[in-house]
Amino acid sequence: MTTKHTLVALVEDKPGVLTRIASLFRRRGFNIESIVVGRSEQPHLSRMTIVISGSTAMVEQLRKQLDKVINVVKVFDITEEDAVARELALIKVGATSSTRSEIIQIVDIFRANIVDVASDSVTVEVTGDEDKIDSLCSLLRGFGIREMTRTGRIAMTRGRPRVATSGETIV
Amino acid sequence: MKLTGAQILCEGLVKEGVEVIFGFPGGAILPLYDTLPQYPQLRHILVRHEQGAAHAADGYARATGKVGVCMATSGPGATNLVTGIANAYLDSSPVVAITGQVARPFIGKDAFQEVDISGITLPITKHNYLVLDVGSLAGIVKEAFYLARTGRPGPILIDVPRDVFIDQAEFNYPTNVDLPGYKPTLQGHPAQIKKAAKLVNEAQRPLIIAGRGVIISGAYAELKQLAEMAQIPVVTTLLGIGCFPESHILSFGMLGMHGMAYANMAVEAADVIIAIGMRFDDRATGKVSGFAPHASIIHIDIDPAEIGKNVPVAVPIVGDVKLVLNALNKLIISTGHVDWLQQLEDWQREHPSTVIRDCEGLLPQFVIRKIYEVTQGEAIIVTGVGQNQMWAAQHFCYDKPNSLISSGGLGTMGFELPAAMGAKVGCPDTTVWCIAGDGGFQMTIQELATVVQEKVAVKIAIINNGYLGMVRQWQELFYGRRYVATPLSGPDFVKIAEAYGIPGLRVRRKAEVVPAIRQAMEEQGPFLIDFMVEPEENVFPMVTPGEALTEVLEGPKETKAVSDSAKLPVSNI
Repeated sequence: MTTKHTLVALVEDKPGVLTRIASLFRRRGFNIESIVVGRSEQPHLSRMTIVISGSTAMVEQLRKQLDKVINVVKVFDITEEDAVARELALIKVGATSSTRSEIIQIVDIFRANIVDVASDSVTVEVTGDEDKIDSLCSLLRGFGIREMTRTGRIAMTRGRPRVATSGETIV
Repeated sequence: MKLTGAQILCEGLVKEGVEVIFGFPGGAILPLYDTLPQYPQLRHILVRHEQGAAHAADGYARATGKVGVCMATSGPGATNLVTGIANAYLDSSPVVAITGQVARPFIGKDAFQEVDISGITLPITKHNYLVLDVGSLAGIVKEAFYLARTGRPGPILIDVPRDVFIDQAEFNYPTNVDLPGYKPTLQGHPAQIKKAAKLVNEAQRPLIIAGRGVIISGAYAELKQLAEMAQIPVVTTLLGIGCFPESHILSFGMLGMHGMAYANMAVEAADVIIAIGMRFDDRATGKVSGFAPHASIIHIDIDPAEIGKNVPVAVPIVGDVKLVLNALNKLIISTGHVDWLQQLEDWQREHPSTVIRDCEGLLPQFVIRKIYEVTQGEAIIVTGVGQNQMWAAQHFCYDKPNSLISSGGLGTMGFELPAAMGAKVGCPDTTVWCIAGDGGFQMTIQELATVVQEKVAVKIAIINNGYLGMVRQWQELFYGRRYVATPLSGPDFVKIAEAYGIPGLRVRRKAEVVPAIRQAMEEQGPFLIDFMVEPEENVFPMVTPGEALTEVLEGPKETKAVSDSAKLPVSNI
C-alpha cells in the first residue's frame, strides 16, 4: 500500500552530501516528493526531512540505502510517530482595491501574514501542514496566484528528542 | 617535518601495508609518480590500459583478501578505471583507486584532461573523496583503506588534484578513523540468532545457500561445522564457489541460471533456507516469485540493505558471517535429515548436470575438466564472462577455499587476464589459470605485455569457439538462431602470444589437451593455450531467463551420458 512517509536524516555537513543522497534516489528509482536540508542543533550535522510516497517495504529499503551512505549518520522514519510537521509557503496573489480586503480576511482566518503589498498584488506568508497550505492556495486561486514557492515539509517528533546530541537514538 | 602531498599519500600506502600498485601515469598524477622511487617497498606495475589496473587490483584483492590499489591520471585515465571500479563494487571487492585531478584552480573549467571522476563514480563506489586540502590527505587515506576492507568491502576512490600532490603539510598518520555514519554491525542479534536456530532445528528439508560473504569473512570452518552438525546440504552462488569443498558429501554445487539441476530442485523443495553472505541476485534466484516457494528464509548478511531487498525473509540477521555462524552453531542440535539427503542424492543421480557428452571434437567442458585433473585442483581459476565462465564454474571441482575468481555481479568481459595477473602477483606461489573466451580475451589482450614485462606467470586457456558464445547460445535458444553480431574472428592467438614473448600452443584434439596443460605447467613463466573447441556447444543446465529455477533445460536432446566423466574429485576417478 502506498502512503506518504516522512524520513529524517542527520548527515555530516560536508561537500557533496546532498549529491550523494540525490544520486541514490535517482539510481534506486525512488521518487521523492520533497527534501529539505538545513542546520541541526549540532554544529557539524545537517538535518534533512524527506517526504516520499511508497509502500512500507520500499521506504524501508530507501532508509537502509540512505543509512549506507557514509556521510549519513542516522536516518529514521517518523511516519508513525507523533510529530509536528510544517511547511512554509510564499504566495503572490493578484489584488485590486476591491479584492484586497477579502484576501486579507482569508489570510487572517488561516493565521497567515501579508509580507508585501504592491499596487496589484499581495504576498502571503503561511506556515502549516500541507493540507492547510493546499486549502489556502485553493481559496486564493480565484484571485490569481502569480507566483508561489513552498519549502517542503520539515518535521520533528513531539516530546523527548529522537536524537541526542551524540547522534544516538533515544528509545 | 613537512611532506608533500605525494609523499603523504605514499607514506599512507606503506602504513596500510600496500605492496603493489597497478597503474598508468599521466600529467595530473606525475608528481606522485615522481615520488614513487622514494618508496621502493611500493612495487608499481605498469598496465597497458587503466581498466587492466582496476581489474588487476580487484583480482589481487580477491586472491589475497588485502586491499588492492590502482592508480591513473585525470580525465581518460580516470574514466578508463570506471568499469573496473564498478566491477569491484558489485562483487564487494576491497579496492582503493587513486586518480590524479587537474590542479585546484582549473577544477570546473573543463581543463585539459579534466573529468568529474568523483561525480562519475558516486554510484559505483562505497565512498569517494576529492582532496581539496593537503592537510586532510593523511586522514582520507586512512579512512579509504578502513572503508574498503571493513563491513561489506568495496571500492573507494581518492581524487587528488595535481597541486595537492605538491603542497606540503605536517605528516601525522591518524591511528583511528572518525566516521560517525559508519558503524557496521558485526555481532548478530542474539534474539534473531535464537529464532534462526529454532527454525533450523525444526526443519525437515533445510538448505544452505552460501555466497561470497563466507569467503570475505573467512567463515569456512564455521560453515562446514553448521552443515555437518545438522547434516544440511550446501549449495553456493557463483561467487560463493570455494567457500565449501565441492567434493564434500553435503555439497550440491552451484544454484541459479546455469547451476546444477539438483541444486535448483533442492531450493524448490527446501522448507528452511539459510542464506549466508549472499544477496539473492536474479541470476541465482530465477523468477523471484517462484523462488523457494516452500521455504522460510534465514538471511545472514553484513549489509542491512540486502535484507528483504529482493526476497522476503523470515529471520534476518545482520552481522559478520563468521561471528553469526559461531553464535548460531552453539544453538544447533545435531540431526540427520537422512531422507532429505537421500532425496538430493537421488536427484543428483537422475540429473547429473555435469556429464560431458560423447563428442569427436574438442569440448570446452572437457578442457576445464582436464585442467582440473592436471592441477589436481591446486590452482586459482580466474574466468572471463559467458560460456567459459559457466563451464569453469561447473567442471572444475573447487575444494580449496577461495579458488575461483570471477566477475559475478557486473559480468565484465575482459576481467579475466588482468584479474588473473593481479591474483598471480598477490599469490606468486599458487598456480593461476586464466580461463578466457576468445571474445572477452580480446577486450584486454594488451595486458599480455604487462604479464611479460612484470614476469607474471599466469597460464592462459582460451576457450576459442569463434563466437561470443553465451550471446550466441541465447540467440540459438530464444532468438530463432539468428546469430546477429556474434560470429567473431580473432587473431592467431598463439602468434599474438609469441609476438608478446609468451610461448603458446594451439590444441584441436582431445589427445593433445593434457600434454599441452602439462607443458604450460612446466613452463616457468606465462603460457597460452588456444583451445579450438566445438563452436556451437551450449552451457547446460540452463534455467529459461525470466522463469523460476524449476524451468530448466538440462541439455540438448541428443545428449548421451558418459558416466565416468561426471564431475567428481580427482581421488574418485
